[in-house]
Amino acid sequence: MTTNTAGNAAAAGGTRHEGGTGGTGGTSVVLQDLKRSFGTTRALDGLSLEIAPGEFVALLGPSGCGKTTVLRIVAGFESADAGSVLVDGKDMLPVPPARRDMGMVFQSYSLFPNMSALDNVAFGLRMRKKAGPQRRSQAAELLDMVGLADQARQYPHQLSGGQQQRVALARALAVEPSVLLLDEPLSALDAKVRLQLREQIRSLQQRLHTTTLFVTHDQEEALSMADRVGVMRSGRLEQLASPSELYAQPATAFVAEFVGTMNRIPGDIEGDGRVSVLGATLPIRGSRPGGPVDVLIRPEELRIAAAPGGNGIVTMATFLGSLTRISVLLSGDVTVRIDVPSAESAALAPGTSVNVTVAEAEVLVTGRK
Amino acid sequence: MAAVAGVEAGAQAPAPATRSAARRRSFPVWRWAILLIAAVYFLIPLYSGLRFAGLKAFPDVFKQAGFISAIGLSLRLALVTTILTLVLMVPTVVYVHLRLPQIRRLMEAITILPIVIPPIVLIVGVLKVAPGFLLSTPYLLAFVYVILAMPFAYRSLDAGLRAFDLKTMVEASNSLGAGWPTTLWRVVLPNMRTAMLSATVLTVALVLGEFTMASLALWQTFPVWIVNFEQSSGAVSTAASLLSLFVTWLLLMLIVAVGSWSARKRGGAQVTLFTVAPRESSQTAGEPE
Repeated sequence: MTTNTAGNAAAAGGTRHEGGTGGTGGTSVVLQDLKRSFGTTRALDGLSLEIAPGEFVALLGPSGCGKTTVLRIVAGFESADAGSVLVDGKDMLPVPPARRDMGMVFQSYSLFPNMSALDNVAFGLRMRKKAGPQRRSQAAELLDMVGLADQARQYPHQLSGGQQQRVALARALAVEPSVLLLDEPLSALDAKVRLQLREQIRSLQQRLHTTTLFVTHDQEEALSMADRVGVMRSGRLEQLASPSELYAQPATAFVAEFVGTMNRIPGDIEGDGRVSVLGATLPIRGSRPGGPVDVLIRPEELRIAAAPGGNGIVTMATFLGSLTRISVLLSGDVTVRIDVPSAESAALAPGTSVNVTVAEAEVLVTGRK
Repeated sequence: MAAVAGVEAGAQAPAPATRSAARRRSFPVWRWAILLIAAVYFLIPLYSGLRFAGLKAFPDVFKQAGFISAIGLSLRLALVTTILTLVLMVPTVVYVHLRLPQIRRLMEAITILPIVIPPIVLIVGVLKVAPGFLLSTPYLLAFVYVILAMPFAYRSLDAGLRAFDLKTMVEASNSLGAGWPTTLWRVVLPNMRTAMLSATVLTVALVLGEFTMASLALWQTFPVWIVNFEQSSGAVSTAASLLSLFVTWLLLMLIVAVGSWSARKRGGAQVTLFTVAPRESSQTAGEPE
């Protein structure tokens, strides 16, 4: 690209955007204070979110938390009561879905049954008035990219679920959308296909540098695919952070318990503001509710050793591969899960008396259930 | 209704097949008995008519005075009624499915009304209130036939729409840049083709066979002509009615054939007259790799 054309592109940038994918550009998406109610239920209660150009953000949350509503508002299939959706600074809310230049992959199979895989992928290009030969070669290229070049002539009913979703992905990417929206595209597939497609989506997204918003209730999916994960609860973002931060430093008890496995162990608040649990006194991170509290501790943060007359009894050992998850019944009818290397688990058979201790670290506490 | 099956047929197709096979094995006698009774019930009158008319009467039908104009009027009415029905009902059904799914029950109740209300009540009322310019043309009948055809047309189209995930298709099409007209033309209508064909044939069959209203409105449609003509030649008039029955039956067979052909070709549900049957066998390939 010469300096001259680059200058022109920059000058045109303020008024018109050419997809922005394929290169290093990418499109920023900013959601500001989105609100949406359905009858008396508040689906979105002032949600704000910024997605950097080329970033892959996942919205994670239990069903009914409003994550799908966010996606549908961005796509234009749902209206917002208040707030704004800015794509590269331009407000999208008044723009009809057909003009938003977004690619979407749906949870349910959404290929047009009356068109072959190739025609499905070429549909968006046709809508953009691309000439026949050009759109066919472009569609064929996209199908090749998702590994389905041989299935181009087949109709959706002749494809497996995983293949259909790959065609749907190719169809969404064919138009070089400024934003890619993924609405639980993997949840209808079986586990093995889901894993393959997960990696394929991620590598394609990184290659094309397409700004992506992904909605899922599956934490493993969100953590493994996204640059940043937003955990949602009742129409709000609880925390937006990188997967590792989300896991290691959950901002709230809800996030802590929603992401990964978490033990709840009753603790006592001490006079100095710390909490005592399993014989240790630990500093508290974040807010401290009044009344009795539970301390939240990850399975790998607990230490376990076989000890006659210890504070717990092993009730179950679940082999997970390199790790074995030991369930221990503590006094007060509390069961905790502890991960130990499988090689060391032989001494921790069910019925063994053990001593459970906790590593020295800041902990989250939450009101006792 | 087996309506939703189309969407998920891919995964669960083998199950219904084995179930129906089991049923076939356990009730063969009953099946044949019922089929036989039904066949006797339907075929004896037809056979009697054929005996009464004699084969010679059939060529005579076409030579009779008034036959051409009567069949011509009936065919024109069929055409106008069908066009009106599709133009009215297709957008209505699509809109209800997409935007007002909660009133589908109500729509079903409303559209069944023409079956409950006797045609004679309808036509007497219409003749009382219809404006003069309509009373003087036979196409008044087309307007009334649209109402008579509504229960059949609505159900066919409704079943056709349930056979695929309309909402997702429309949203996918929109997100790919297609506006409403394009989405309707390229995505919705092609997937409703069989349902529309089914609605068409049912409407045509109804118009070709309707007697009460045409007779009371004093228009000589084909059925009215058959009855009138009976006075001069019973044999020819019987031959004419057998002929019209045969033609209608052919039409109905045709849509069933087309329905299963298009289901084989493009997958999805097989649309027959009122119902949507899931695909018979799943061609869904196993996961590769």
